[in-house]
Amino acid sequence: MRMPSLPPGLAAGAARGAGRLSQKLGRGGGTTLPGLVLSRLRPEATAEMARAVPGGVILVSGTNGKTTTARLVRATLNASGTSVVANTAGSNLERGVATALLNDDGAEIALFEVDEAALPGLIEQTRPRVVALMNLFRDQLDRYGELEHLVERWRRAVAGLDPSTTVIFNADDPAVAEIAAGHPNTVSYGIEDHRVGRDRLPHAADTTECRRCGNPLNYDMVTISHLGRWSCERCGIERAQPNVQAIRVELHGMDGQRLAMATPKGPIEVSLRLPGMHNSYNAIAATATALALDIDPETIGPALARREAAFGRAERTHIDNTRVTTLLAKNPAGANENIRTMLLEDHPLHVLVLLNDRTADGQDVSWIWDVDYELLLESDRLESLTVGGDRAYDMALRFRYAGLDPDRLSVAPSVPAALDAALRTCGAAGDLYALPTYTALLELQSVLAERGLVPAFWEDE
Amino acid sequence: MSTGSPAVRLCHLYPDHLNIYADRGNIAVFRRRLEWRGLELDVAEVGLGDPIPADCHLYYLGGGQDRDQLLVAEDLAGKADPLRLAADDGAVVLGVCGGYQLLGHGYAAADGRTMPGIGLLDLETTAGDSRLIGDVVLDVTLDGQTRTVVGYENHAGRTHLGGGCTPLGRLRRGHGNNGSDGCEGAVAGRRMGTYLHGPLMPKNPWLADILLGWALDYAGHPVELAPLDNHLEQSAHAVAATRAGKRR
Ligand SMILES: [Zn+2]
Repeated sequence: MRMPSLPPGLAAGAARGAGRLSQKLGRGGGTTLPGLVLSRLRPEATAEMARAVPGGVILVSGTNGKTTTARLVRATLNASGTSVVANTAGSNLERGVATALLNDDGAEIALFEVDEAALPGLIEQTRPRVVALMNLFRDQLDRYGELEHLVERWRRAVAGLDPSTTVIFNADDPAVAEIAAGHPNTVSYGIEDHRVGRDRLPHAADTTECRRCGNPLNYDMVTISHLGRWSCERCGIERAQPNVQAIRVELHGMDGQRLAMATPKGPIEVSLRLPGMHNSYNAIAATATALALDIDPETIGPALARREAAFGRAERTHIDNTRVTTLLAKNPAGANENIRTMLLEDHPLHVLVLLNDRTADGQDVSWIWDVDYELLLESDRLESLTVGGDRAYDMALRFRYAGLDPDRLSVAPSVPAALDAALRTCGAAGDLYALPTYTALLELQSVLAERGLVPAFWEDE
Repeated sequence: MSTGSPAVRLCHLYPDHLNIYADRGNIAVFRRRLEWRGLELDVAEVGLGDPIPADCHLYYLGGGQDRDQLLVAEDLAGKADPLRLAADDGAVVLGVCGGYQLLGHGYAAADGRTMPGIGLLDLETTAGDSRLIGDVVLDVTLDGQTRTVVGYENHAGRTHLGGGCTPLGRLRRGHGNNGSDGCEGAVAGRRMGTYLHGPLMPKNPWLADILLGWALDYAGHPVELAPLDNHLEQSAHAVAATRAGKRR
């Protein structure tokens, strides 16, 4: 049974009321509830509100990096004086987008980070002006199903796009490149700097066969997981030279990096405060998107440089004299990059891994066995290791069977207890790195907020 | 290769294609639990087109995406004879998820196409119209002992056993082989198949040790495996079992 649609004004009013009520009752920031209410009362509301945004809708999607990339694009829009309506704090399903549009008061452009499984639906509803397709990695098999199914859904969604839509895509991801291949209006991006690449695929690599003929792909450079400069010997397809490319990537540990990009509108250099090669990709994707929105190259670099890490993405906090760096780690590709980035530091590392298995994390914790935690254990800089979260003991077994002496490991399932245990081992003036899954990050964030150290997450802009 | 300590030789089939549910975790458990007892694990990785080594004691097949499983099925058909010889001789064979299906007679997809299996276990699998996903707990009796085994399942196949094998265990929680008969997995002699990953071995060290005992016996080194400190394994096992109860 379906309820008849309420008229727009009435439906919107009821939905906003629900959000305010939620906040008053202390049920969180109301970042998704109004949208959920609205979509029940008036299912066509998202499409109507999206059409009303004068500068159009930009969608940013991919397994990893969409939050940061959307923030970077937003920084360039702000710097060029364009007002933006955006979803925040990971409210990246349809209801989060609807809530953001509902709270919009006349912004010129709409910019949304979108869950990879929600992208096809939101493409249909919002008829975007620009879609940025970043990457597809193995993630939450219980929820998204196999990667192949997602690839197929994206392919159909892109085939249904209006030809005038600009598709920004990562040329280094063979699956994403193939999805974008048939679209008439595309801008590709990628990394060209050989020095930052590896010559071998890591264990967690997903798309390693040619999507056209099934032959194993050749890589003359691997960057992250299955991303890199790929080609197929048998049928001859290969990664095309990207339109926007990083020709020099200088990683400076946790402090950030310098990027030199070549673009159709000239060179852009930027000093990013965001660490790691995953953030190099985010910055290049954001640059390609900003250029597609006709933002000046001179505006882009400084705008990106000012941006600091998003909520839990290499965010830094101090607890007394201990510096705590939080690195969201929710799938093998992301966790591997965090580990590589941490190992660029030359000081002793204290590490806290928090593993939850709730719906937003994925209930199947098998993925931790595909992360190369061995790199951490083999490093002489690892000083202490603490594990916590709902599945702390699974994490403990991961390290036990990687060869760690269990006496060197602290286990505390509750997140506050695990944090305290890690801080104790770390001692004053230490450097603690927290690697939480998504809901563990929310828990960690609320523990820190209770202690007055960080703002609550829905206050994150 | 040999340092004098008895070695179990494990044949890891298709590590590049069948690895979706962290199969390397199972291998790591086999390796460490032997090492901690002064024994060795040698691993032979066998991919598409590679021959089956004849001298292995434990053959392992993991799970893969549909596309990879199809690719493997064709290749595996060509390896059926040497695998059957080894299994008939008493080698241990373990298939997990997709590997379990491939050990049976075949997989009938929804569109009527069939993917061949190698018939080492007397079972058939047909595609269901939904995926069976979630935490699983079952009671397993092997070598005269009964224990609970925990894991996670995620499969569209519905598997039905023939008379040539018995279920690995009876379900307390979860969907198991087909979501209807209350059974999970299959055993025939030293051949075993199951849908459970998570991966399977870390939280079920009892099961890992039974398989290692069988492999050592076949290798000609029947040893009493010394007990190990399993307190972390037991805690993880208990958490998984509680999870399965709550999410029911
Ligand atoms: Zn090819």
